[in-house]
Amino acid sequence: MSAPILWIFLPLILAGLLLLVPNQKVISLVACIFTLFLTLAAWLLEVDTAMTIGNWSFKITSTFEILGRTLVLGSGDRSLLALIYGSSIVWFAVAPAAKAARRLTPLGLAITALLVAALAVEPFLYAALLIEMAVLLSIPLLSAPGKKPGKGLIRLLIFQTFAMPFILFSGWLLAGIEANPGDLGLVQQAAILIGLGFSFLLAVFPFNSWIPLLTEESSPYSVGFILWIFPTVTLFFGLGFLDHYAWLREAPTLMSVLTTVGILMVVSSGLLAGFQRHLGRIMGYAVIMETGFSILTLTLRGTVGLNIFFMLLVPRILCLVIWAFALSILKAHSPTLILSEIKGLGRTWPFATSGLVLANLALAGMPLLAGFPPHQAIWDGLASTSQTVVLWVLVGNLGLLFSAIRVLLAISSAAEGSQWESRETGAQRILLSIGFLALLLLGLFPQWVLPLWANLPGLFIHLGQ
Amino acid sequence: MITVINWIALLITVATSIGLLLQRDWRWGIGLLAIQYLSIFWLVQTLWPVSMAAVKLATGWMVCAVLGIAQLNKDHEQETEVSWPQGRLFRLFTAGIIMATTFTLSLRTSGWLELSLPIAWSCLLLIGMGLLQLGISAQPFRVILGLLTTMAGFEIIYAAVETSTLVAALLSTVNLGLGLTGAFFLNMSQEDKP
Repeated sequence: MSAPILWIFLPLILAGLLLLVPNQKVISLVACIFTLFLTLAAWLLEVDTAMTIGNWSFKITSTFEILGRTLVLGSGDRSLLALIYGSSIVWFAVAPAAKAARRLTPLGLAITALLVAALAVEPFLYAALLIEMAVLLSIPLLSAPGKKPGKGLIRLLIFQTFAMPFILFSGWLLAGIEANPGDLGLVQQAAILIGLGFSFLLAVFPFNSWIPLLTEESSPYSVGFILWIFPTVTLFFGLGFLDHYAWLREAPTLMSVLTTVGILMVVSSGLLAGFQRHLGRIMGYAVIMETGFSILTLTLRGTVGLNIFFMLLVPRILCLVIWAFALSILKAHSPTLILSEIKGLGRTWPFATSGLVLANLALAGMPLLAGFPPHQAIWDGLASTSQTVVLWVLVGNLGLLFSAIRVLLAISSAAEGSQWESRETGAQRILLSIGFLALLLLGLFPQWVLPLWANLPGLFIHLGQ
Repeated sequence: MITVINWIALLITVATSIGLLLQRDWRWGIGLLAIQYLSIFWLVQTLWPVSMAAVKLATGWMVCAVLGIAQLNKDHEQETEVSWPQGRLFRLFTAGIIMATTFTLSLRTSGWLELSLPIAWSCLLLIGMGLLQLGISAQPFRVILGLLTTMAGFEIIYAAVETSTLVAALLSTVNLGLGLTGAFFLNMSQEDKP
């Protein structure tokens, strides 16, 4: 057995089989057990080392050859696999309570497997093709049943498809640079193509218009999943680029470009989030802001920046799951999700509305919540290099905080005499309560999740130097 | 002789890409796309072995078949563009600008990538026309035609620098995926009706 078969092909096969199963609970149960098995396997099994269980000896090889190219998942990738599949369990486990399991679980599993393949393929530039295939699979997941495809969905398809040619073509130029590193013209062309490719993939301003549109027109839970997995894997892909190419890593303009892009994303999304009237759009802008923060961590040289980059991952998934789940509960009651139409819902949907506000506050970096420790570390790191950058970042954060206050005002402005009640189902209440507890605990004890990402910086040895 | 056929393939590309921009009947759209894939096949086979280049043709025609079947199952009411000029004269004018621009660019590209002029011009023309299609239309069918056209242009240019079988297979899968997405979009619109 090879590692790519276990972590790529088996999930793809299972995803295909799960599409045929009509029962939501069965789909979720099977997918959760399977992804848990994959997570534990990534955590416990060694790759390229013979292992013995009783009389049975086996070895998981790291490579799998396909059409002259290889998929490689070595020992170093185990932490990454555990993180990706472990996070997927959270999404799949909550999906039935959000009534999204029928579509999300099989397609989500297939998308996850394809994106893992994107991180495993060598030469790694071919990842662009696999990411594009995952994008194509996300279209049926994000489409609203019985409705025409919305602008957001079409723009997602166009922008993400545009990324592929740029990345692939830059690969050819990069090969030329390796052969002739002194050719500055070639370096410049490659840098422009890579920049454009990643701008499309990471939805960098102005190529991010599809995110707020999509959060408005599609199922919030499915959008939440897509907005978690695509930026996360793309950021890993980007780190791979930086780690692999010394000329890119050591380019004198790289830091200023990353800082500008990061600030642009944080400030624009923060300010726009502050003035949105649609709850879904606020979540969309928060995701853009988080991508901006991840980019900013790369400007903090050495292991500090890389550690903060990975530190952001766990709080982000937690906040996004809670936010998307709460939105999907509220959407069933108030399909438009406009602020004016959710007035006073805090009295009737206390868990879901609390989820919205807490997740929003956590991503805004509110103390005592999960987002605070990594955001505080970013502010600290940025302050040591530039006060101006910190001020801009603060403006963005304040925008997101302002949106949380507006939501809080809307949900708490109930008519006089209205009674407190909870219309969420038992499962929804339990899952949201677990989420709130996790948000609080991660805010107080961020070191508890350290083992989840502690080995990840080792994947990018050159960046950590 | 081959050079002459390359120029003929370029002319076919010009005609089909402009036709795709101007057409208002889906049958013409799919027919023109199928012919366009024929010229793409010819241009790619100058860079790749015929057996590999044939994959482009087979995939392209499969995409046309998928889109055609999806269109057959759709109710065809009059669909109009809502946001951009609908006139053929406007489209013809912008197509002319694209042709002129891509010709200028292809003079440099052909030298840079060591491609013959008709091949370089065809690639850039397809990319340009696809982008134009994407820019002036929000109809899902036209968007898919635009994406397929843009991708086709890129695939020819990429064939000049990459001959990997895996890339050919993955690009074919992406094209098929785009075709299936187009069919899905058309069916989504269909579900809207009682």
